[in-house]
Amino acid sequence: MTRVLHYLNQFFGGLGGEEAAGTPLTLLEGARGPGNALMRLDPEIEIVATLVGGDNYLAEHLETAVDEAVALVAEQHAAVPVDMLIAGPAFNAGRYGMACAGICAAVENRLGIPTLTALYPENAAVEVYRRQVTILAATDDVMGMAEALETMARAVSKRMTGRPLGPEDGLLPKGIRENYIASRTGAERAVEMLLTRIKGGSITTEYPMPEFDRVPPAPPIEDASNAVIALITSGGIVPKGNPDHIESASASRCGAYSIADLDRLTPASHQSVHGGYDPTYANADPNRVLPLDAARSLEREGHIGRLFETYYATVGNATSVDQARRFGTEIAPLLVNEGVQAVVLTST
Amino acid sequence: MTLRFESCTVRSLAEGAMGQFERGHLHVDTEGLARALTARDARVVEVAVNLVRPGDATRIVCCKDVIQPRLKVRGDDPGEGVVRLLDNLAVVTCGPIVGFQEGIIDMSGPGAAYTPFSELFLIVLEVDVAEGLASHEHEAALREAGLHAARLIAEHLEGYQADSEEDLLWDEQPVSPTLPRFAYVDLMLSQGLLHDTWVLGENAVSGLPRIFDPRVLLDDAVVSGNCVSACDKNTTYHHQNNPVIRELLRGHGRRWNFVGVVATNCPTRLAEKARSAETAVALARGLEADGAIISKEGFGNPDADLMMLIRGFAREGIQTVAITDEFAGRDGGSQSLADTTPEANAVISTGNANQLVQLPPMSTTIGPLPDVTRLAGGYAGCLGDDGSLEVELQAIMGATNELGFSRLSCRGI
Repeated sequence: MTRVLHYLNQFFGGLGGEEAAGTPLTLLEGARGPGNALMRLDPEIEIVATLVGGDNYLAEHLETAVDEAVALVAEQHAAVPVDMLIAGPAFNAGRYGMACAGICAAVENRLGIPTLTALYPENAAVEVYRRQVTILAATDDVMGMAEALETMARAVSKRMTGRPLGPEDGLLPKGIRENYIASRTGAERAVEMLLTRIKGGSITTEYPMPEFDRVPPAPPIEDASNAVIALITSGGIVPKGNPDHIESASASRCGAYSIADLDRLTPASHQSVHGGYDPTYANADPNRVLPLDAARSLEREGHIGRLFETYYATVGNATSVDQARRFGTEIAPLLVNEGVQAVVLTST
Repeated sequence: MTLRFESCTVRSLAEGAMGQFERGHLHVDTEGLARALTARDARVVEVAVNLVRPGDATRIVCCKDVIQPRLKVRGDDPGEGVVRLLDNLAVVTCGPIVGFQEGIIDMSGPGAAYTPFSELFLIVLEVDVAEGLASHEHEAALREAGLHAARLIAEHLEGYQADSEEDLLWDEQPVSPTLPRFAYVDLMLSQGLLHDTWVLGENAVSGLPRIFDPRVLLDDAVVSGNCVSACDKNTTYHHQNNPVIRELLRGHGRRWNFVGVVATNCPTRLAEKARSAETAVALARGLEADGAIISKEGFGNPDADLMMLIRGFAREGIQTVAITDEFAGRDGGSQSLADTTPEANAVISTGNANQLVQLPPMSTTIGPLPDVTRLAGGYAGCLGDDGSLEVELQAIMGATNELGFSRLSCRGI
């Protein structure tokens, strides 16, 4: 027997429609709605309790509501231990999907209780939680309830036997890449793949190309002579000694350094820590990568209003796109707050 | 024209008369070798020669190149004649860091599984160079020292018995008109200082793309002169034993026709990249290839060259399979390449180089261990007080080799 705690919203939990969407979290004994169907599908599943929460209650205070949910689950678990928490299915419902995935993530991470939920693959919660939560594929609306419950019932039983779930179980990809040792070398696999391809057979690429995040450039500045301009580089130019220990590759750090009193960089003041190129020429004249000298001339000649007093630097070498995106989202609001209108980004 | 490899398989390695080889026992005069290397090059100040065996509790840092000692005993031109080679053995150059992107070889423990060189007997040259030497001179001094050492070790092989021989047959093989025609595009790193590859003595920055007889490339035509990250640096050893050429020769005339190799380069300017890619595709089309394997070296910038080649081949209706590694972040959650193209729909992955590995301390270390914190794949604090390391696979020699030398791969979960 697998003892399950089930999370449902106010509607599926039988407390009411949109008018009841503000209902706080409530722990009810036994199964409700879809939970009854789940138990009929697999008699090994016993739903010991159902946690019900209103869509708005969760959406409006997700963080504290998730804390409350964890506390209620912990209480139930202490009284009668549960083997698993399942949430939903929530299909393509926005508020409900976030609640299901958020509660699963918190319960699994903080209480160590296995969890799973079922969502439409394009539910916004999938993108947010897929790396940490077991999310099964569901259709976009309640018409797919029976199918979703069957998928969930099978996954509960497989997960309880300790076998890992895969795409064949309806598991949505976590979107992460994992190394493994193949049975043949890369060269052998390449030649076999080419032969299969030429003969018209079906092949599975080992790395499906991602969709690139193309950012439309901001409109040009109409009057640069009054604009505040900042310098940012991924070319690894840092104050001598690399005070923030920015890595020569796969950078996890990005530094902010003052250039307020500097007219140009010198080999005595700055250096490159970038691992992807021979730094001889960057070290001999760091302005080659971070063009402070040229920017100061433009400032003196009145082509730009003012150079911002801080520059940001990291190393682009092997640095993941996720990290680079994080640096960007951290730096941009700081610059906007300081009235910076444009940035010169230099790489190598 | 034939090329014959006569292998002398090394089963033990010991101090002794230089290059003496009998029944699998190779002897090396370590002091004599060190003296010879310092005597020939003023840039080389000190050389320590270490003999290392598979399974040793030994860590070698910061490794620059790996070379298989060979001697041409008959014939003059590359790609023909008789070559005596020491199988199961390599020369490794190491020492203080030159350009951030040298690597680690662990001979045992969890790190050993990620480098093919842990399975070989190694003659390790720890080289110190003159103070104040520019980094490209430092690189050149070590590259030449390694090649010279390999030469000295192999020099006496003609006088000893080889234990196996292999004829590398290529143009003699009947080419069946019913079999598909496969070309190999060997994309070599060539971006200037510290990112160079040498082909028949010429820097690959110029003179490529060009068609080669595959046997020429296996016959010591290609020398590594670069400091890309250790994981996907094609060492001289990898070129000497290019696994794509080996694999294509194996099925040549039986399962496919191997029509030749197009060696091409990775220029640093966009227009030159486009020109190299177009020329490489045109050369393969001239070989009437139905399909092509494209290998790679390094990451980031060369991703653009790879994608241009794939697009170019797709335009010509020539099917491709490309070999690349991935930089998907330590958690595997980032996109893996710096450039992509929709036509790249047949890709072999040789692993996520950002994956972290824990390497326990070793009783013997060759080379300056603290330099590891500055290696690509290491970081400040990656070296424990006890000598243990936490590094990305990026820092391990050959871990994600993009000629497809090893078995590591990567999948989505």
